[in-house]
Amino acid sequence: MVMLKELSKEELVLPGNASCTGCAASLALRLTLKVMGSRTIFVVPACCTSIIQGQFPASALNIPVLNIAFAATGAAASGVVAGLRIRGIKDVAVIGWAGDGGTVDIGIQALSGAAERRTDFIYICYDNEAYGNTGMQRSSATPIGAWTTTTPTGKKENKKDMAFIMAAHRIPYIATAIPSYPIDFIEKLEKAKKIKGTRYLHILTPCPPGWRSDADLSVELGRLAVQTGMWVLFEIENGVFSISSPSRIVLDKTKRKPVEEYLKLQGRFGHLTTEEVAEIQKAVDATLDYYMKLSGQRVYPLLTD
Amino acid sequence: MLKTIVETGNHVAGLAALVARAQVVAAYPITPQTQIVEKIAELVDSGKMNAEYICVESEHSAMSACIGASTVGARTFTATSSHGLAYMHEMLHWASAARLPIVMAVVNRAMGPPWNIWTDHGDSLPQRDTGWIQIYCASNQEIFDSIIQAYRVCEDQRVLMPAMICLEGFILSHTNMPIRIPDQKEIDDFLPPLEPGWVLNVEKPVTHGNMLSPEYYMELRYFMHEALQNAKRLIPQVAREYSKKFGLPEYSGLIEQYMCNDAEVIIVSMGTIGSEANLAVEKLRNEGYRVGSARIRVFRPFPHEAVKEIATRAKALAVIDRDISFGMEGILFTEIRSALFDLPKRPLAKNFIAGLGGRDVTQNDIEEIAKKTFRILETGTGVEGIEWVNMRR
Repeated sequence: MVMLKELSKEELVLPGNASCTGCAASLALRLTLKVMGSRTIFVVPACCTSIIQGQFPASALNIPVLNIAFAATGAAASGVVAGLRIRGIKDVAVIGWAGDGGTVDIGIQALSGAAERRTDFIYICYDNEAYGNTGMQRSSATPIGAWTTTTPTGKKENKKDMAFIMAAHRIPYIATAIPSYPIDFIEKLEKAKKIKGTRYLHILTPCPPGWRSDADLSVELGRLAVQTGMWVLFEIENGVFSISSPSRIVLDKTKRKPVEEYLKLQGRFGHLTTEEVAEIQKAVDATLDYYMKLSGQRVYPLLTD
Repeated sequence: MLKTIVETGNHVAGLAALVARAQVVAAYPITPQTQIVEKIAELVDSGKMNAEYICVESEHSAMSACIGASTVGARTFTATSSHGLAYMHEMLHWASAARLPIVMAVVNRAMGPPWNIWTDHGDSLPQRDTGWIQIYCASNQEIFDSIIQAYRVCEDQRVLMPAMICLEGFILSHTNMPIRIPDQKEIDDFLPPLEPGWVLNVEKPVTHGNMLSPEYYMELRYFMHEALQNAKRLIPQVAREYSKKFGLPEYSGLIEQYMCNDAEVIIVSMGTIGSEANLAVEKLRNEGYRVGSARIRVFRPFPHEAVKEIATRAKALAVIDRDISFGMEGILFTEIRSALFDLPKRPLAKNFIAGLGGRDVTQNDIEEIAKKTFRILETGTGVEGIEWVNMRR
């Protein structure tokens, strides 16, 4: 059990960064660097963190950062890992830190390649469910029904299930997290840190300007995402799927908050009809039923080595 | 001590990466480059080459991985061709603007559609504005020499830019030729370990490539331009030093000249057409033509001054392009004509497009090109327009 008060006092995300008010991604960034520490190299494609880190000659990130082209995170990180290894530089963690577009869309090939090659790094997707940096265009991580600037009447398709795509690569560790549950978040990253090979974390990060939500509600929205079952915290460790404790409670349908409580706080879902909300509720219930059955189960066979 | 071996251009490129002690190689296979990556994979797997070999899933990733490795101070190498190079295009800019001395073999191959695996320069020449040094080879020996020299030039603190060493598909890539290679010890002496311009280091963290305002951006581009100007001075120096140290050819640095001094007509070309042109020159000289051959070896940085110097002595240039800039003319021709503009007395310049998609360019074709240029000089007509050599009508 991790205690928040035991968390490193060192702030590797310096004051004065350029994140939006209420940005949950910047919370995720801060927590991540507190766990990872200063012996960490970040590889960052075009994403909100391109902005958050600040403009030359300043930088809000007090670790080495390689900004790289949109599609290139997994590959550039592979190069960093290989370069460190051949030069005999040890005990440096390499993190690919990318948004949802840079992960589930344009960066999926390089990430898939890196995972297939069992590259020794942690890839973290912070997911605000659209291209936030460019002004909220739809990505394949945008949930069904959500307004974006390129889905003006709401997205018609489902959110891509990236964690399970990563599971198909049979990597040793996959987890979902959210900064609203910092202990769960930290425990998962601590666990990931100790494992060799490709590790993947998918973090939902509420985004007030994009979600059309109040800036002071980002932590609350994250909690509601979990409590309604719209975002499920789980791990796939060496192929075994398990629901994490904050989400375990909502497996019981009577303890599950209606999705409406989560949706109604966000302008991006404001246009939804009662029927459409009911459809989303049905989908969430079905997903949780499915996850319940999957709990404790193996989703891919154990690797032999 | 030189050792003579007989190898294909591709294997020579792989071998050069080995003796240059490339530490990270990230590559994706594409015809006709495949033998390079196969050779390196074999060398790494057998333990003969102490390198990390990353079998990436695309050329975009190949260059991205080289960039990543280079930013932590590793010497990197890759190889590609045609569509692979085009797919890499975005990262070519990234590599040069990040000032990373990556060396890449480009096996020149035509772009599709339709699919064509044979050679032309239409893949690498369109990359001319990416900031990469471009060297075009005419023999397997030159491939080897150019790769070794490229590391010296690229890693020089006054340069810190990447280079592509271009060799024509099949004509060089799959053709066995004898080459002479120096001892590893001597190579090590010539090419010391990489001292990077900057590194990602946890002890001294830097953020590389974050947002930069218009106040600063232009200066960085100026520095890149300056770096390639420095490379222009350095390439012949390094070639001379190499040649002296090992007793290997110098290729006159930027432009290889053959009987240009008293020539009325100079055949200007790149790659293996240049070596074929030398044979044509010999034959034509025997027939009484005052003709020479200038093979542009280094296309970026472009040897403006050297072109001007050669051109002042000639009456006409016959510029052979194995490429075409649609709606304009041959890419080399544009560059040559731009260099001529400053001359008080300009020679005529005629553009010949030849050998696209691997069509053979024979010694006889080059002789005809030269003779046609002499006729233009005599008659004073026919200089306008592009001549498409051996094209079906």
